Amino acid sequence: MSISGLLWQLFAIVLALALAPLLTGWVNQCRAWLQNRSAPPLLLPYYMLHKLFLKDVVLAHGASPIFRFAPFAVFGCMLLACAIIPVLSTDLPFAPAADTIALVGVFGLARIFISLAAMDVGTSFGTLGGRREMLVGFLAEPALLMVIFTLAMIAQSTSVATIVETLAHREFVIYPSLAFAGIAFTFVSFAENARVPVDNPATHLELTMIHEAMILEYSGRHLALIEWAASLKLYAYSCLGLALFFPWGIAQGDSFLGLLVAIPMLVAKLAIGGVLLALIETLNAKVRIFRAPEFLGTAFLFAVLGLLVRLLLESRV
Amino acid sequence: MSLSAQLINLFAAVILLLAFAMLAQRRVLTLINLFALQGLTLALSTLVVAFTTGQAHLYGSAALTLVLKAVLLPWILHRLVRRLEVKWDVEPLIKVPTTMLVGIVLVIISFNVALPISQLSSTISRGTLGIALASVMLAFLMMITRSKAIPQVVGFLAMENGLFLAATSATYGMPMVVELGIALDVLVGVIILGVFFFQIRDQFDSLDIRHLERLKEK
Amino acid sequence: MPDLLPIDLLLIAACAWLAIGFAGIFAPRNLRFISKILFPLGAFVAVLAGLTSLTFLGGATETAVLLIGLPDLPFHLRLDNLSAVFVLLLGFASAGISVFAAGYFRQGEGAAPGLMCLQYHVFLASMLLVLLADDAYAFMVAWEGMALSSFFLVTTQHRQAEIRRAGYLYLLIAHVGAIGILLSFGVMTAGSGDYSFAGMRAQALPPFWGSAAFLLALFGFGAKAGLLPVHVWLPEAHPAAPSPVSAMMSGVMLKTAIYGLLRVSFDLVGTSIWWWGVVAMVVGLATAVFGVLYSTVQSDMKRLLAYSSIENIGLLAVALGLTLIFHAYRMEALAALAMTALLYHCLAHAGFKSLLFLCTGSVLHATKERSLGKLGGLIHRMPWVAWLALAGVIASAGLPPLSGFVSEWLLLQAFLFSPGLPHSWLNMIVPVAAAVVALVAALAGFAMVKFYGIVFLGQMREPALKEAHDAGPWERAGLLWLAALTLALGVLPSTVIGFIDAATTQLLGTGLADQVREHGWWMLAPISAERASYQPLVFLVTIVIAGLVGRALVRRLYHGRGRRSAAWDCGYVFQGPRAQDTAEGFSQPIRRIFEPMFRMERHFPTIRDEQPYYSVKVEDHFWHWLYLPLARLTNAVSALVTRLQGGRIAIYLLYSFLTLIVLLLVARP
Repeated sequence: MSISGLLWQLFAIVLALALAPLLTGWVNQCRAWLQNRSAPPLLLPYYMLHKLFLKDVVLAHGASPIFRFAPFAVFGCMLLACAIIPVLSTDLPFAPAADTIALVGVFGLARIFISLAAMDVGTSFGTLGGRREMLVGFLAEPALLMVIFTLAMIAQSTSVATIVETLAHREFVIYPSLAFAGIAFTFVSFAENARVPVDNPATHLELTMIHEAMILEYSGRHLALIEWAASLKLYAYSCLGLALFFPWGIAQGDSFLGLLVAIPMLVAKLAIGGVLLALIETLNAKVRIFRAPEFLGTAFLFAVLGLLVRLLLESRV
Repeated sequence: MSLSAQLINLFAAVILLLAFAMLAQRRVLTLINLFALQGLTLALSTLVVAFTTGQAHLYGSAALTLVLKAVLLPWILHRLVRRLEVKWDVEPLIKVPTTMLVGIVLVIISFNVALPISQLSSTISRGTLGIALASVMLAFLMMITRSKAIPQVVGFLAMENGLFLAATSATYGMPMVVELGIALDVLVGVIILGVFFFQIRDQFDSLDIRHLERLKEK
Repeated sequence: MPDLLPIDLLLIAACAWLAIGFAGIFAPRNLRFISKILFPLGAFVAVLAGLTSLTFLGGATETAVLLIGLPDLPFHLRLDNLSAVFVLLLGFASAGISVFAAGYFRQGEGAAPGLMCLQYHVFLASMLLVLLADDAYAFMVAWEGMALSSFFLVTTQHRQAEIRRAGYLYLLIAHVGAIGILLSFGVMTAGSGDYSFAGMRAQALPPFWGSAAFLLALFGFGAKAGLLPVHVWLPEAHPAAPSPVSAMMSGVMLKTAIYGLLRVSFDLVGTSIWWWGVVAMVVGLATAVFGVLYSTVQSDMKRLLAYSSIENIGLLAVALGLTLIFHAYRMEALAALAMTALLYHCLAHAGFKSLLFLCTGSVLHATKERSLGKLGGLIHRMPWVAWLALAGVIASAGLPPLSGFVSEWLLLQAFLFSPGLPHSWLNMIVPVAAAVVALVAALAGFAMVKFYGIVFLGQMREPALKEAHDAGPWERAGLLWLAALTLALGVLPSTVIGFIDAATTQLLGTGLADQVREHGWWMLAPISAERASYQPLVFLVTIVIAGLVGRALVRRLYHGRGRRSAAWDCGYVFQGPRAQDTAEGFSQPIRRIFEPMFRMERHFPTIRDEQPYYSVKVEDHFWHWLYLPLARLTNAVSALVTRLQGGRIAIYLLYSFLTLIVLLLVARP
């Protein structure tokens, strides 16, 4: 672990903190354009965070310490996730702390905390949100794990950095199984980030919401942290997807030049990813809550199928 | 592994992916589009095989597949759907996730069954034999689990896609005469089935083939 | 003072437990003496036993012969590394449970405290002897002692018919299982008549008989562990027993069955065939899926945890199956990885499941309520129990940075190697099994959120809960101990693996310790750092620091003001406790998605109902498909046999007379 490595690690974390709301704003803007609405300002999420931090916290009478503790835990989990995923360079001092399986665990931990916080005040919508979030989670988590299994078998490693190095910096090989894994990953990340086929981030329609139902009782800085954590989660998933399926441009060592190239590459890839995300969201309708398990079940099965294709076609490579 | 072999594998995987997507699809029109896409992928895959091995007749096969399966048949089916006005959702007899689970089992079985056969073969695309077999099985499954007539026909056609892929991957395709014959069969089959659909609908006011159960002798 | 070997110390510990137990008999009603002196003393002995085996681990096998038992049939005892790992588990887990029990048992609840003390400590001593036994005779005696003492503990409140029924079911299945084990031992002696384990090791069994021994052992020990389909006693017995006993049974006793399986399949049988592993894995997967699905739909908190134990036993069987498959193909390094996952999960489960059962004990004492539908909001009244239970919940959900995740992580790593198996079907099917394991782990999270959210969070569902009190100092100490174990197992995986590796090395000839030690105590990298690594401490510290720094910055840059108000809830007016999800409501998605897995009796309200109500009752398919037909069959057969009993003495004499004649005719030299 070198000093420069540590510095780049810190830079990556700061970059994540700074870019995450921007990505959310960008996706919202693209969505508005595609839906013939006039777009909100690109920097709206930052104003929003600032405003929320300024406000006083209003706690419900029944809120327990878990309720106040959860936003910080969720925020910490998401920050750790962003620290592990290689966005600029594969040489991350934090990367050995958690491989991809542990990364799934980080998301799981955050989910448990936010669901518990949702159940804490004991309102009807809170428990509803918590239950639905766990419903989405128990299907999305194994699907994500199977996607990771496919990649781990290709790279012979579960470490994200090694996977990226294998895919980006060795001889170019087409892995058909990645097509399956990529589709499954896309499904999962839509579900996990409360996006359209499963949840709608733009409404507070009681009967359909999941994420928004969970955080109804939050206000002030707590809400700001949760919103920021949600942005970080979107950023983390985007970066994970880019790192696993489009790893080109991520520098291998901590050479200054490589990293200098990596930053614009990352921004460009995120911008394109944001447009695609908005496009898919616009083209699809939100499904009924009980079609959501079917949607995620399909993702799970695609991931398993990817694993099988990997074993059939590529095991003799 | 050479680039062309990798490409062939990729196309085969996409064919399998589309077979699964068809299995999970509820809408008739999307189903037909997926079928067209599968035909296109099959044509591309055949083209790559032809290019790599230099087998001239495979170019013919690829062109035939493209014209017939990616353009002509989907067009006929689209027309049928429009004329019959059956754009509503397909109701599978078994729940979609269950069907998909069965599908996974079928894939495991066909991969393992095909493994010894593909080891005997010496073609560049031998690895895809398992996928071809799986596509046939999945199309079969789709025919079993669907209750409406048009998805069944799509299933039948998808099965033919799988067989074609199997032939290409195991022995670089069938002789041109056989292929032309099959193509004609399929075309005529679809046209005749189209006529049947009108008859069925006139008889039962529906395309639900469960009504055909009533035809048996008492 | 002569040198005392660890095995002698453990024998002394067993005797000490027996002595403590009998001391309780002399003052059966003196609660102060029993709970404040005898139980803590038992806990002290347990810690000593645990420490003894900790110092022993990695040492050479020790044997001893006890001159009790039948003439010419002394008890053979043996302490090797496999035993030591489980003694470690027994000692450390039961220490916490005993301390908790010191504050838990009180007057007027079922049997006299002295009697409880006796049964409890006999239970402990017999589990220790099971782990030390080195011949079938000693093993079965200790095994039966364990079954009987735990039966009496389960039926402490034997005045309730429901509890008597649960106890009877438990005893019945325990004995059916014991028959399986006995037969398995019989097969392994191969007719030599030598019932010592050393004699069994010396036999080279042909594959058929080896398989028979393995399958019998799987059935017999499976009945104790709760594998499908002999799991039905578990969800009945655990809610019936007092909480420390449930904790002991779930946390420790189930592991003795796993110990037995390991002992038989890797030590005594001597051969291994790949399909044994497949059988174990299939049974394990079925058990795990079944357990976790049923645990999500329970409405009784102890029953929920009991089903969750079934799930964990299923995962252990999967790990066992994977180990067996690798072992059969002589891929010992990978077998060692899977076995480490297995042993680690035994330890982890002993910690967190005991913790959770003890928490339900505290809740039960504070509220007199087991049904989830009548709990809620207890974090306000019982903060100690609630926060410690959170540790158990996170570990049980298999999430980092606590203990449950480490074993899950190791198991998944082992699965990642399964495509290397030299068998074309296996290397495609076994990775798919990993998908099922992942699904089970994620569903466990659902069950745990349900458990915690409904018991400790939300509004109180009954007014009486306002009177709930937090756990007493003894109970807190016991819970703290187990929570600390859970944390330690979570953040120090390399150190722990350094200890349990001795058992893996003994059984498989190779272990993980060398690779693990290479990377230092803070990092777990069982194969190589490039392949996979996990640093739970860094993990934990990063999250904590990120949270703390975030909090400090927000307060510094902005402010920390806040006030209380009524909940918002989208402006919805009725916010009473009944507006929250019930236990049934929370699991409704699971019941809907996995409908064919459950046998449900539902009542839906109709418009015409005077008093509309909704009810759902979930029952076990196995009960209706397997046990009830068996019971009916037994009844029918006994009805036939009854005919033989006419009641007239002359007829009975005739039976004896006929038997005598037949014997004389048949048994000629």
